[in-house]
Amino acid sequence: MPDITLNARALSRNFGLRTAVRDVGFELRQGEVLGLLGPNGAGKTTTLQMLAGCLAPTAGTIEICGIDLLEQPRQAKALLGYLPETPPLYRELTVDEYLRLAARLRRVAKPAVAEAVESAKRRCGLAEVGKRLIGNLSKGFQQRVGIAQAIVHNPRVVILDEPTVGLDPIQIREIRSLVRELGREHSVILSTHILPEVESVCDRIQIMHLGQLVFSGDWEELKQRHPAQSSLEEAFIQLTRQQEESA
Amino acid sequence: MIFTIAAKELKTLFSSPLAWIILAVLEFILAYFFLSQVDAFLAVQSQFTAFANPPGLTELVVAPLFGNAAMVLLMAVPLLSMRLIAEERRNQTLALFLSAPITVTEIVLGKFLGLMAFLGLIVGLVVAMSLSLYAGAAIDLGLLAGNVLGLALLAASFAALGLFISSLTAHPIAAAVGSLGAFLGLWIVNLSAREPDSWLHTLSLLKHFESFNRGVINTADAAYFLLFTLLFLVLAVRRLDNQRLRG
Repeated sequence: MPDITLNARALSRNFGLRTAVRDVGFELRQGEVLGLLGPNGAGKTTTLQMLAGCLAPTAGTIEICGIDLLEQPRQAKALLGYLPETPPLYRELTVDEYLRLAARLRRVAKPAVAEAVESAKRRCGLAEVGKRLIGNLSKGFQQRVGIAQAIVHNPRVVILDEPTVGLDPIQIREIRSLVRELGREHSVILSTHILPEVESVCDRIQIMHLGQLVFSGDWEELKQRHPAQSSLEEAFIQLTRQQEESA
Repeated sequence: MIFTIAAKELKTLFSSPLAWIILAVLEFILAYFFLSQVDAFLAVQSQFTAFANPPGLTELVVAPLFGNAAMVLLMAVPLLSMRLIAEERRNQTLALFLSAPITVTEIVLGKFLGLMAFLGLIVGLVVAMSLSLYAGAAIDLGLLAGNVLGLALLAASFAALGLFISSLTAHPIAAAVGSLGAFLGLWIVNLSAREPDSWLHTLSLLKHFESFNRGVINTADAAYFLLFTLLFLVLAVRRLDNQRLRG
């Protein structure tokens, strides 16, 4: 059995009386890209915030490479990289300064920082803009800087929340190929509501709707289970509709 | 790790014009006050020969200078502390810290020390101004040291309270107004206290600074400032931790 890098069980999260996520589980293996799919407001971002340790779950456990995220947050967080929905960028820093800060915060040893920053820049196509201020970069480059900060410490698990939102088609294609490349060495979870994106980069998909998981598996399974639906889009619509009816 | 965050804060401060303008304006106001004070001293100096124990240069020039610097800090710190957490929350950049393998305590201490480094610079400029009197006279170093210590402790108290208020909101301006109100309120809270042993005196920041200003290093006053600082740092940590739990 391949290494399990991330294991989340029975995650739930309430905001006051509203339940945003209910009983969601994940398993992520080394070298896998998992697509978390769902309509807007399905609870994707909340789920990813919990996996990244930015939000404490109301119930459930999260393990990163066997380390409990809630009990040993420091050790577990060192193994993960996270790109939130809004990239956490400081406009007043240059790309180099920002990535150095991100590397230091992720506890990359001081002598290794320069090398880590260089390699993250190379992988994200940022080599030319290292000296520029983040605030002056285009949206596509800012998004890449966001991804670079998530991988600068070479984490085992990379969590990307809607990494291609607001980008033009060429940038989307670049980011997707970057995600595929990341998937070879790291495990990647990415959330999106754009269906073709999942189709082109993910090995496995989980579909969420109204805070619950409605499907988990790979392409073939989805096709088998919904043979009447010719496309992913129709299968997705049917799944979410079923969920709404049962709720 | 704390120093990485502190260095980042300092860099952010200096990359905006605000920090430079504050430094320039403070220096101008204090220098003007300092010169007028020196002028006044020179005017009355000749009459002192009649006294058995005349007040010295340090008492008449340096101590009032520090008293004024305290007032000026009261106005300046809210402008410097307002962004510390409120702006990160507004720009959603806190995720960079929260998903990194660092504790909330480290984040708060880092931000506090970053601001203290800047305030240290302001205090340093006031000290340099006082020491310039050496060009033509001798000054009472003990009195100067008492004032420096008092001003530094006062600055730490302001910074801690400002940091805490900044952690309450996502609006830097609201944080600035809140901090200014809190500082002023604590400064003058004992104005209406008639009895000399009223508990309102215990609360007043000004009252505790006065003894340092006279050159008396009173452990009770020092303890007040240290506990005040500690209290609000702990509250800021709690507040940030709660955000993770409550969302």
